[in-house]
Amino acid sequence: MTHTIVALVQDHPGVLHRVISLIRRRGYNIESLTVGHSETPGVSRMTLVVEAENVEQVTKQLNRLIEVLKVFDVTNDPTVERETVLVKVQAPASARAGLIALTESAGARVADVGSNTMVLEVTDLPEKVEAFIDLCRPLGIKEMIRSGRIAMTRGSGGGAGARATGTPGGAAGRAAPTGQPVDSSPRPYRAQADGDE
Amino acid sequence: MSAPAPDARRTGAQIMCEALIREGVNIIFGIPGGAIMPFYHALPEYKDRLHHVLCRHEQGAGHAAEGYARSTGRVGVCVATSGPGATNLVTPIADAWMDSTPLVAITGQVSSLVLGRDAFQETDITGISVPITKHNYLVKRVEEIPAVMHEAFHLASTGRPGPVLVDITKDAQQAHTIPTWDAPLSLPGYKPTLEGHKRQVREAVAVMLSAERPLILAGNGVIQSGASAELREWAELLGVPVITTLHGLGGFPEEHPLSLGMPGMHGWVHVNRAIQECDVLFNIGGRFDDRVTGKASSFAPRARVIHVDIDPSEIGKNVAVAVPIVGDARRVLRALLDDLAHRPGPAVEARRAARATWLTHIRDMQDRFQGRHKELNRPETTSLMPHDVYAALNRAFIEHSARGEGYRVVSDVGQHQMWAAQLLDWRRPRTHITSGGAGTMGFAVPAALGVALAHPDETVWAIVGDGGFQMTNQEIATMVQEKVRNVKIAIVNNGYLGMVRQWQELFEGKRYSGTPLTGPDFAALAKAYGVRGVTVEQVGDVDPAIASAWAHDGVVLLDFRVEREVNVFPIVPQGQSIGQMLVAVGEHAEGDDT
Ligand SMILES: Cc1ncc(C[n+]2csc(CCOP(=O)(O)OP(=O)(O)O)c2C)c(N)n1
Ligand SMILES: [Mg+2]
Repeated sequence: MTHTIVALVQDHPGVLHRVISLIRRRGYNIESLTVGHSETPGVSRMTLVVEAENVEQVTKQLNRLIEVLKVFDVTNDPTVERETVLVKVQAPASARAGLIALTESAGARVADVGSNTMVLEVTDLPEKVEAFIDLCRPLGIKEMIRSGRIAMTRGSGGGAGARATGTPGGAAGRAAPTGQPVDSSPRPYRAQADGDE
Repeated sequence: MSAPAPDARRTGAQIMCEALIREGVNIIFGIPGGAIMPFYHALPEYKDRLHHVLCRHEQGAGHAAEGYARSTGRVGVCVATSGPGATNLVTPIADAWMDSTPLVAITGQVSSLVLGRDAFQETDITGISVPITKHNYLVKRVEEIPAVMHEAFHLASTGRPGPVLVDITKDAQQAHTIPTWDAPLSLPGYKPTLEGHKRQVREAVAVMLSAERPLILAGNGVIQSGASAELREWAELLGVPVITTLHGLGGFPEEHPLSLGMPGMHGWVHVNRAIQECDVLFNIGGRFDDRVTGKASSFAPRARVIHVDIDPSEIGKNVAVAVPIVGDARRVLRALLDDLAHRPGPAVEARRAARATWLTHIRDMQDRFQGRHKELNRPETTSLMPHDVYAALNRAFIEHSARGEGYRVVSDVGQHQMWAAQLLDWRRPRTHITSGGAGTMGFAVPAALGVALAHPDETVWAIVGDGGFQMTNQEIATMVQEKVRNVKIAIVNNGYLGMVRQWQELFEGKRYSGTPLTGPDFAALAKAYGVRGVTVEQVGDVDPAIASAWAHDGVVLLDFRVEREVNVFPIVPQGQSIGQMLVAVGEHAEGDDT
């Protein structure tokens, strides 16, 4: 199943290589990966969308990297997720008015107008972005770029707003072996900090 | 030549030497070259505190550092130049990674002015080593050296130990500065968990007490954390039998009444059956490697598993776990023992008594199955069998231990390695050193060099195949140059890449493709290196050869020309359940759940 993982990492040269190397070697499939500065200087924030049977292994392996500060699996948390797409479509003068109307009704923006083309932009939920691209297809897409997904949990939860995985106590109650079907229901996480009883 | 005054400006190379000394290092293994020359230039100024061993191949330097580390528990250090020097270290670094061996590899790099332009002998060793190091560093500024070196040693030796590579450009080694030591570690993403979680510890004790057929599996973590005494106390108090993985051998004395031996692919039938029958499996410091578990989905099917490991990512990776405990093996065992001490004595006592039946049952299986493998039922032939060599070594070990003389064994990879694990009696931690996770042929001779330098008062036996020996025997020259006298090399010479030949015999219709192997006259080769070499072909010559090798004040090579096509049994065919063991060609253990 697809998981959205947020990782806070030290902003060091090579840290992206380490993350990618790990994901590749362990055989997880990356659907999208974005990196950028976080609110803390020196700390970058990565959003990874990965296809993995045993996501706990992904987060634990990421946690093993020395420059990874925190890892959150936000798949089952209420999050704000966004993706941006830029679409360049054919836009002869005659078609422009229609295109602009379509753009507005879809909640998109016109980012650039050229002599024969227009660049349309939308930033929204990944499904909405998908829908907008479908809408543009019949118009003749000349070029397209999707940004990859960024995610942030809603409300005031600490850090990334979700449960950090793999930190102090490590494994949750029951872990399933790799390569075997795991139930995809949210795994109960048992906080393992001392004195929780 | 003397070291600079404390407050004087000095070169990066001098700072590297001082950093090593500050970390308690007194011996390093390496080979110089262009990009590491400034470091070698500085070395003589520190030679009374930092001894450099010039190896003959960087792979040898790496394995020697591993041998040093594995036999002492301290960080091993190897040094190489950029490019081919660094890439020659890849194998030992990968080996250390797989076996969690604390290692710091220092490589010279081309000057930062030309870095990234395919300069002479430039190789992206930090890129290459990402997946086989715990962490690595590329240092381009002299000011960074003290902190990076300190971090490297900290990372290599704490938490789950492992290799760390530090790549330092030539200009950083040459530049001058006044070093600032003792800067606080800046590793915000690195916080190994050492103490087991209290509730999990309590749960583990409860599960162990409720078990009827419990089993303790002891792995590398027991040795690395120095937990043998605690393990013994834990096993004895609960009356639970103990099995030891390849890297756990010596962590629990095999002569102990609760010791069962090794599990897994070449483990004993009674041990694997005990795993399949147990109702609780307590794994301390083992990572459920596939050579231990066989087919993981049918491993220990009746067991609730308690898994203690310092690395959270090992828990639940291969085997489902009921009680996970992240922590250092020794500290967790202490916590378990503390908890146990608070339980009512009679309850513990009663449990222990109830376990006697379980142990008797396992011992019955042992009596039925183990003898034919462990004691050589000499066939009609009088030719020299590998077993003769191990039996004689065992006798020598007992005799010399009785005289208070220490010994350690380093084995290479192949049949001879499995026989060593099976047939020799392991009594003390850090006396069995081998390449497990990576299975690196060529490990033993250079690793023995490292062990011998760390333990000059003990005798170090390198047990090696004729194949592996031909990969790294050049390090005998290093032994000679270093005046090492306490290494004895036993080649179990079968004229084959024996382990591969065995698989071809058992599983590929005896198609011996690429496995028959010739070699030089090894005894003559030993002499060419300037050490004693002896060829042993007769059963009756084995004991005297070992005795005289032990007595000889110098390196000795014994070339045991053994029967060529002997197999290591039992064996679990790859990918099968450990409940299915071949005990001879085409013969399953009686009563196997095939
Ligand atoms: C560097 C390396 N290359 C290849 C192998 C594969 N391999 C495993 S055991 C083995 C045979 C070892 O032969 P030898 O050293 O003679 O030992 P024997 O099995 O005969 O005791 C080989 C080739 C390996 N483990 N390591
Ligand atoms: Mg051989």
